[in-house]
Amino acid sequence: MRPFSYQRATDPDMAVQALGAAAAANNPVTKALVQPLAGGTTLIDLMKLDVMRPAAIVDINPLARGWSAIEPKSDGLRLGALAKMSDVAAHAEIERNYPVIADSLKLAASAQLRNMATLGGNVMQRTRCSYFRDVSYENCNKRSPGSGCAAMDGVNRMHAVLGVSDQCIATYPGDFAQALIALDAMAEITGKAGTRSMPFAQLHKAPGSTPDIETTLQPGELISAFSIQGRWPRSVYLKARDRQSYEFALSSAAVALDVQDGAIRDARVALGGVATVPWRAREAEALLKGQEFDEALARRAADAAFAEAKGRRHNSFKIALGKRVVARALQQAVTMEI
Amino acid sequence: MTAAAPEPKANMGTPVPRYDAAAKVTGRATYAADMPLDNPAYAFLVTSAIAKGRIDRFDLDDARRVRGVIEIVTHENAPKLKESKLFSNGGYAGTTIQPLKSVEIAHDGQIIAVIVAESYEAAREAANRVKVSCTVSAPSATFDSPGATTAAAKGQNAQFKEDPKVGDFAKAFEEAEVKLTAAYDTPAQHHNPMELFTTSCAWMGDNLVIYEGSQYVYGLKNGVAEQLGIDADKVRVVNPYVGGGFGSRGSMTPRTAIIAAIAKRLNRPIKLVPTRDQGFTITTYRAETRHEIRLGASRDGRLVALRHAGFEVSSRPDAYCVGGTKTTTRLYACPNVDSLVSIVRADRNTPGFMRSPPEVPYLFALESALDELAVKLDMDPIELRRINDATNEPIDGKPYTSRSLMACFDEAAKAFGWSQRSPQPKSMSDGDWLIGYGCAATCYPTQMAPCAARVRLQRDGRTRVEIAGHEIGTGAYTIIAQTAAERLGVPLEKVAVFIGDSDLPPAPVAGGSNSTASTCSAVMMVCDQIRQRLLKAVMPSDSLADKAKETVGISPAPSTQAAKSDRPLDIEKAFDALGVGIVEEYGEWKPDGAPMDSFTAMHRGQPRFVGGHQMKDKIAYAFGAEFVEVRINRFTHEIRCPRLVGAFAAGRIMNSRTARSQLMGGLIWGMSSALLEATEIDERYARYVNDNLADYLVPVNADVPGVEVIMLSEQDDHINPAGAKGLGELGNVGTNAAICNAIYHATGQRIRRLPVRLENIEV
Repeated sequence: MRPFSYQRATDPDMAVQALGAAAAANNPVTKALVQPLAGGTTLIDLMKLDVMRPAAIVDINPLARGWSAIEPKSDGLRLGALAKMSDVAAHAEIERNYPVIADSLKLAASAQLRNMATLGGNVMQRTRCSYFRDVSYENCNKRSPGSGCAAMDGVNRMHAVLGVSDQCIATYPGDFAQALIALDAMAEITGKAGTRSMPFAQLHKAPGSTPDIETTLQPGELISAFSIQGRWPRSVYLKARDRQSYEFALSSAAVALDVQDGAIRDARVALGGVATVPWRAREAEALLKGQEFDEALARRAADAAFAEAKGRRHNSFKIALGKRVVARALQQAVTMEI
Repeated sequence: MTAAAPEPKANMGTPVPRYDAAAKVTGRATYAADMPLDNPAYAFLVTSAIAKGRIDRFDLDDARRVRGVIEIVTHENAPKLKESKLFSNGGYAGTTIQPLKSVEIAHDGQIIAVIVAESYEAAREAANRVKVSCTVSAPSATFDSPGATTAAAKGQNAQFKEDPKVGDFAKAFEEAEVKLTAAYDTPAQHHNPMELFTTSCAWMGDNLVIYEGSQYVYGLKNGVAEQLGIDADKVRVVNPYVGGGFGSRGSMTPRTAIIAAIAKRLNRPIKLVPTRDQGFTITTYRAETRHEIRLGASRDGRLVALRHAGFEVSSRPDAYCVGGTKTTTRLYACPNVDSLVSIVRADRNTPGFMRSPPEVPYLFALESALDELAVKLDMDPIELRRINDATNEPIDGKPYTSRSLMACFDEAAKAFGWSQRSPQPKSMSDGDWLIGYGCAATCYPTQMAPCAARVRLQRDGRTRVEIAGHEIGTGAYTIIAQTAAERLGVPLEKVAVFIGDSDLPPAPVAGGSNSTASTCSAVMMVCDQIRQRLLKAVMPSDSLADKAKETVGISPAPSTQAAKSDRPLDIEKAFDALGVGIVEEYGEWKPDGAPMDSFTAMHRGQPRFVGGHQMKDKIAYAFGAEFVEVRINRFTHEIRCPRLVGAFAAGRIMNSRTARSQLMGGLIWGMSSALLEATEIDERYARYVNDNLADYLVPVNADVPGVEVIMLSEQDDHINPAGAKGLGELGNVGTNAAICNAIYHATGQRIRRLPVRLENIEV
């Protein structure tokens, strides 16, 4: 770790100002010299590994007074970005009306991490690519643009098959973001100009030719809340992984359905563990909408979700696995009792 | 899983709570890096990012500018150290690759610089700012890599003496009614003990104290002295607690002498705390292995031919070798046996001991192959083992001192519910989950080594036991205290045990599961010396003293019961008769058959092991049987292991609580070794990729909901005075095969390569 200064922000203006002060133009937010500290479960880790080298830290935990509310409403849900993962996961109304959210949080990380980590920090969690996290590998386009990608032909079992580019195949590691993107969540962004709202789906950026730019956030901006329209009691989060707990997804699916009179009126499918960003499988959704559910339909939808997938040496299995996970998640959502 | 300690059966010690339990759960136990130092400087290692090549140039300007940096040591200014031979060639070292000696880089993560600073933080920051330019050569990573060389182990490694063979394998295999040929692979694995590989060195004039988690304080003391070129009596190694060893701390690593020499140069204590990932390359590991097994059997299941060929990866300069054929060729009755072990040299750090070094990979191959043979014979796999159970090992024909293998199978099968298994593959399921049952044998050689102890008894019964043994989490304090209390007839709470200090009487390396047998046999002997002095005092006539000697049983006393029950001894009366305040005895014990130089070697930090197949006229092993239930998700192919049941027989069980914990930990590790643990190697660079505890998976609680340990009563009077067979390495052998056998039962798919992951399942 390198020396850094530490400051506590007692109100949003102060936080935004502190974060924006040293912001250089064209510098991705991940490389900003001033970084916000919430739960710290990613930032501190990456600082110890020398991957992130901020000159200053702005502790935004005091903002939790205004930014951590869990607010179920008759027509939707609002979640403060500084709410702890564990608090949201255990909230009775979220368990009842948004099981995909509750489960995506419960199945993430460990109890200790969920107690520390915040929702906003969780969606900003950075990839677990071993080559990204180990600075002794020189070639990482995400860390050092133009240096190459060691993972492309390296040990890439955990890497992405969707949303990849010839520059980067690092997987977006989180779970909760899949639930958000599936439910068309909006992200509330607080910055110098006040608060704006944008679709959560616009937050993350696929690597393309600039894998160092991971989100559309600008330095000086913070996620202050997430909001979701409607209720999604018929929803599941299915996660396949190497061990039973405390492990990242090899493949996961967030599925939410609106089924009436045997027909699927609305379908939402998002994929985790297999893509470079939280991944919405709209092709699968299109196939499902208006249809009556059966296993063949689930398989067709799963095939559609992975139609564009590209495997590498160690991760090709994720394509077949991902399809089975999607099909099974759809089945579970259809048959769940609500 | 119940937490209560198991009730002891015949020939088992009482499950007294751990001697060190309170200290550990309250955080009072002091590990090496906890030891207070006077005005220490802090060291941080810089390790190479390439596996093969030469250092052209360091740019240290940035690093030197970090406030608090005292010294940066590279090959250009490193203290000169003497070489130490590999432990298997009569030295102390786990590797002969000596870093900071030249520009050469021999493996990934080799130490190339040491930063010393006023704080850990400054040292680490400076390390991050070191720039090094290298000329890189293409390394050979592993099997099949260009440039890797293969040669027979025999002749390369002094400890690998023979490729066991008997009869005429080729002819018998040719003529066998049923044949099996199969190849198996096991991965590289790292120990990852919780305690990092720290070292603190402090000099007082010419005397050096080393605080370091070690499984062999006498080996480390002598090894460091040799490297520094000083008298071993001037070096003291202290580690009252060790945060897990698993073999990783059995031999000396290069870091210790380097830190000691830098501390001397700077005239200041130095504390080194390497990172988790550095631990993957600055110490040893279990190297990947390959096996080819050939089995020939008669229709009725009798083995007529067995061949085991093993291949093991080692480093370029060192022929480390586990050579598990010594066990796999002797486990079952078979008249025609052949074997061959080969070593494959690659550009890697030197591998070393890891819990049951030979048995984990080699029994995976043999116990998987037996299951495959049972399928070919349409026979229950337990019955196949019963048919081929042996009272004498087949190579030299020597009898087993005791062998409860089939009793273990029967007990474990009953507890597991093996009779509920429908033998047909893919025949059992529960909802989304395919169910498979599998089993395998485990065994581990019973080994002992020369050991000394000092015991001091006071009139009020207070007892102090001193022995340079090691508490690596196994329960050494507890059973040493129990042994002394029992033998002297004093209350357990009056016994104080001092271990983990090379100024105490020497004990062997805490490896090869010898510690209990060696240390307890020594403590028993020394306690008997005390009893003899006391008895002489109250019964001065020679004849009575002789009788006393007989009744307390000084020499190979069959296992057993407390001496106090043989002859009650009034300690206070004896002290009054002697007219002294303290009775203290020192003694050196060695097992039957130990070589002439045993005791001088013991003080030199070189254990002379006796046991296993290397005993005269007999062979001694502990045995067990392990049963597992695996569940495989039809949709995700996730593999889970909800039940592990093991039955074990290991002579006298000194404490059924600590023994159970070791066996339970073994079963869990065995499962982990089959399903989770593998060090991923990037073959392009010969580098370890998942060198941290987030990516190198070990089980969490949710992975092991049901672990049952059954300990059988077994008495063996032919091994050592304590009557104990080591069991620390017994639990994690065979589990890997049992898992693959269960996967076959669940899916009909035979998997011969570890670890098994969901992508390997085709259902």
